[in-house]
Amino acid sequence: MQTNTKILAQEFEYLAPKTLDETLILLDNYKDKSARILAGGTDLLVKMKTIDLKTDYLINIKNIPELNFIDTADGLKIGAAVPLSHIERIGKVKERYAALYEGIKSMAVIAVRNMGTIAGNIGNASPAADTVPSLIAYGAEVKLVSKRGERTVLVEDFVTGVGKTVIEADELITQVNIPEMNKNSGSAFSKKGRVKADIAKINLAVCLEREGNICKDCKIVLGSVAVKAIRVKEAEGLLKGQTVSTSLIDKIAKRASEEIKPIDDIRSSVEYRTEIARVMVEDTVRIAWERAGGEL
Amino acid sequence: MKKVEIEFAVNGKKRSLSVKPNDLLINIIRNDLFLTGSKYGCGIGECGACTVLLNGEPVLSCLTLAAAVDGKEITTIEGLAKGNELHPMQIAFLKNAAVQCGFCTPGMILTATALLKENPNPSEDEIRDYIRGNICRCTGYIQIVKAIKSCATEAQ
Repeated sequence: MQTNTKILAQEFEYLAPKTLDETLILLDNYKDKSARILAGGTDLLVKMKTIDLKTDYLINIKNIPELNFIDTADGLKIGAAVPLSHIERIGKVKERYAALYEGIKSMAVIAVRNMGTIAGNIGNASPAADTVPSLIAYGAEVKLVSKRGERTVLVEDFVTGVGKTVIEADELITQVNIPEMNKNSGSAFSKKGRVKADIAKINLAVCLEREGNICKDCKIVLGSVAVKAIRVKEAEGLLKGQTVSTSLIDKIAKRASEEIKPIDDIRSSVEYRTEIARVMVEDTVRIAWERAGGEL
Repeated sequence: MKKVEIEFAVNGKKRSLSVKPNDLLINIIRNDLFLTGSKYGCGIGECGACTVLLNGEPVLSCLTLAAAVDGKEITTIEGLAKGNELHPMQIAFLKNAAVQCGFCTPGMILTATALLKENPNPSEDEIRDYIRGNICRCTGYIQIVKAIKSCATEAQ
């Protein structure tokens, strides 16, 4: 089929609620029909144009005050309508959440980051999402609110597959909560693409906590190597509670590359992803360890 | 489809329009307001030719619903000059021969002005990183980077 991306051909009704309550009522009313949330639109509109993703109602949440906030008092709480570029400008994000900062900076281009949101990046549920590995590594959760009530779900459990999440039709992601980082913690993100603005061939976040020369706790999360971003738990197990050394990091990196199950697709191959994963885990664990104040 | 009434400012001028829910901002700007500086390139957020400023920040008008700019301020390339006096960034592009075919230029210049507002004295790497979403197939970027750098230096 020839695609004309100059226009948005399909028809739908546009709704712009002014408050969260109004939004939840709309979602409840339309839960048996096809309604979609519009925030940045950088994924949604592309899909509506190119793969003819259908919707009868489009609910724009971008201007709802209750969803436009960043709270840095205890950890990080980010409203669902906050543009990605506003998150990268928060001092605390750059200082304490390096992997998230680097992940956002690596995303697309400034105009897209001025439009897109972190909640959208999670909810879109792409295996290559650049904020998701770090959010899983930090143990972040999304808050889901509906007329029935509210619940929080770990980002790790929220995404279940390509484009699939546990969200119900009447629920809205209202915010993302990231726990406070311990003083002796460090994190890092890394990504491979052909050029800087690319979607990841593979991406990776590491968050670890140091106690002297020992790695007390760690999470290593890889994206674009499975149907969703995954933790390499065997590799994490080799690092946890151990004295960190160059040879141990080599061993962990090798195990991580054996644990992932990448596929061949337009962006990369199994062979490349497996080999580069080893190198990336090695580099990124080292950087996270040094940021946590550790020495090698 | 129910039409949506919107009110927004384009280059400082208030506009009231009745738009269809699926009208894209780029088409409204070009076809209804006759501001043809903003260009349609790829339509999927890869090229940056359709860049406009929304409340001062670069966004892609090919992926923005016209209905969603209700109450906002839009600046297009036509809004940068003051009468016959060009914006310093436009002068810098001319002086440095940073324009060849000109198709990317409106988006490039708008993105560059946003960069200098955010970071008045960017390094070459910072310039190249910021304009990475504005694709130019003519110049090889060398004169564009030079133009942005010289604009920053002259403003200092």
